[in-house]
Amino acid sequence: MWARAGRRVLRAPRGGCRGFASRAGSPGKAGGGGVSAGREAGRAAPETGRIAREVVEHLERLALVDFGGPEAVARLERAVAFADRLRAVDTDGVQPLESVLEDRCLYLRSDNVVEGNCAEELLQNSHRVVEEYFVAPPGNISLPKLDEQEPFSQS
Amino acid sequence: MAAPVLRWCCPARRWILANIDRGPRHGRGAPTGSRSSGKRGQSSVAQQPLVTAQKPRKGEHQWAAVVGLEIHAQISSNSKLFSGSQVHFAAPPNSLVSFFDASLPGTLPVLNRRCVEAAVMTGLALNCHINKKSLFDRKHYFYADLPAGYQITQQRLPIAVKGSLAYSVCVGKKRSQVINKTVRIKQIQLEQDSGKSLHDDLRSQTLIDLNRAGVGLLEVVLEPDMSCGEEAATAVRELQLILQALGTSQANMAEGQLRVDANISVHRPGEPLGVRTEVKNLNSARFLAKAIDYEIQRQIEELENGGEILNETRSFDYKLGCTVPMRDKEGKQDYRFIPEPNLPPLLLYDSASLPAGADPQQVINIDQLREQLPELPSVTREKLVQQYGMLPEHSLTLLNEVGLLEFFQNVMKETRAEPKKVTSWVLNTFLGFLKQQNLAVSESPVTPSALAELLNLLDQKAISSAAAKKVFEELWRSGGKTPAQIVSEKRLELMQDQEALEQLCQATMEEHPQVVMDLKKGNPRAINKLIGLVRKATLSRADPTMIKEMLEKQLSS
Repeated sequence: MWARAGRRVLRAPRGGCRGFASRAGSPGKAGGGGVSAGREAGRAAPETGRIAREVVEHLERLALVDFGGPEAVARLERAVAFADRLRAVDTDGVQPLESVLEDRCLYLRSDNVVEGNCAEELLQNSHRVVEEYFVAPPGNISLPKLDEQEPFSQS
Repeated sequence: MAAPVLRWCCPARRWILANIDRGPRHGRGAPTGSRSSGKRGQSSVAQQPLVTAQKPRKGEHQWAAVVGLEIHAQISSNSKLFSGSQVHFAAPPNSLVSFFDASLPGTLPVLNRRCVEAAVMTGLALNCHINKKSLFDRKHYFYADLPAGYQITQQRLPIAVKGSLAYSVCVGKKRSQVINKTVRIKQIQLEQDSGKSLHDDLRSQTLIDLNRAGVGLLEVVLEPDMSCGEEAATAVRELQLILQALGTSQANMAEGQLRVDANISVHRPGEPLGVRTEVKNLNSARFLAKAIDYEIQRQIEELENGGEILNETRSFDYKLGCTVPMRDKEGKQDYRFIPEPNLPPLLLYDSASLPAGADPQQVINIDQLREQLPELPSVTREKLVQQYGMLPEHSLTLLNEVGLLEFFQNVMKETRAEPKKVTSWVLNTFLGFLKQQNLAVSESPVTPSALAELLNLLDQKAISSAAAKKVFEELWRSGGKTPAQIVSEKRLELMQDQEALEQLCQATMEEHPQVVMDLKKGNPRAINKLIGLVRKATLSRADPTMIKEMLEKQLSS
């Protein structure tokens, strides 16, 4: 799961990488995905490439990922440094690639009802069911603070 | 942000700073030391129409409120936005859910053509620029009714931008003056709806029904050009009418097809905009204006008392009638927007750019949709004014009340009476009765045919105006009888016999010589007395105008 998250950091355009990059906000390339990036850029320590504790905590809450220890954080820092090499490419005046599908046609489906009516099947996936409803806890359960944290994974 | 600073609120409403019962707490923490008047009355925001100023402004003790809206309208379609499961209001829980809606692995979104058409039509009706290329994004947050952990929306490049919505507020003492306003539309985007959570506090659990998950929504973002609850409510009502006329959404707030979030801030004119709060859970047309006004008042009070406004999300509590901070919000949400990797850009065409030989099922032509747009409410109202010579505010009322326009048109079809008469009867008498008993047009005991027949009788001068009102009352109460029956039962017909009337006039004049003398002396009110006397003699079955004519004829002879 960690490996997958790591790949996502690399692949995700602008938003994911720039969060921890040394140079905050290259001009003109800020896409809409830069909302989180803009905020992150201020937080990460620029020069050393180290990722601050608050950032790690924030990430854990956002993605429900358990870093599990300093090795994981170090791995993330190395991954970010690796991805930073992208900055060596001059992309002035080049339209960002948002999707490798951008040349494909978006298929339009006609407005007919062809699916559904499988409540029984779907409910089998749920640990708890009450009268054909899925059962969930009463609200989002807040993660404990970083100090008090036990290995807590939510798959 | 180009929100006009001196935007005075809806006329005829006063921004009273503090409620009466909160008297002494009103501390004078005057912000940037200036002419503190010390009197509470001076801290009210004058909400006068831009047209007529009543009282002179009192300098710095004014507040201007700024209201922006985000409106989510459920698209009226057979199937959902990205899957083929059905869209239906009431159904057994989780029965209208496909594997994609339940976010089972291995499923992919497939865009519904009807939803795109709905978005384009709405954009065109709201004077928007339609983006020929728009993109889909993922907005991530965790909640039990969002099984995928993200919502597919259009954050970067929505399908329509920069439009406008025109609406009219009625001002003045009798709400007879119509002021036209416009609110700019920032964008319209397609997005998915989430499922429904039913909170079971007793057993400390939440029950999740995914029937609504994945239904297509149109999010219409209105710029903060409004300044009070009434303007916001009117704009929302107009948007509702437009969506219903287009057929893109049924926009029924009671069924959750139209949901409104408001962004509200206050500031002193001339100063920069204040911190805004977001008020969610505004799902009732009735409480929309109230909630917004409450929040504006709350913010003004808070600032006047030296406090500050937090940039937070609040919810409107219908029972308490106030806004409360929403729990479950730990700091600012970080949605981690990323482009939706499974969907290519959405491309739209117009007649000029339509690729030759393209499959018509796979392309959407904006020009074609524009030609097929149905009549919008503003056009309908204009036509009513032209065709029937009614006042603009009447056309507003006719369209605002559900079913009233149809009722009016049905009456017009069957009656020979003048449109002005029909308008007056429908808007005053009929609507008055409905409102009194809190009924919808569909629940009216009086049918259009019955009213048409009654108006015909009135038009033929078979009955007087007063008698007609009585007949209407009886129609309302009894329901089954026809106007003609009621007239004959209650003997309300006007006297048709000229001779008998002449004799009565003569007799009355002879019985009251002093009044006649008064009249001859030139007292104008004496004639009314005479008319009244004759009417009494006829048991109110004679038309006053006819009586007057007859009396004058006899007097002059």
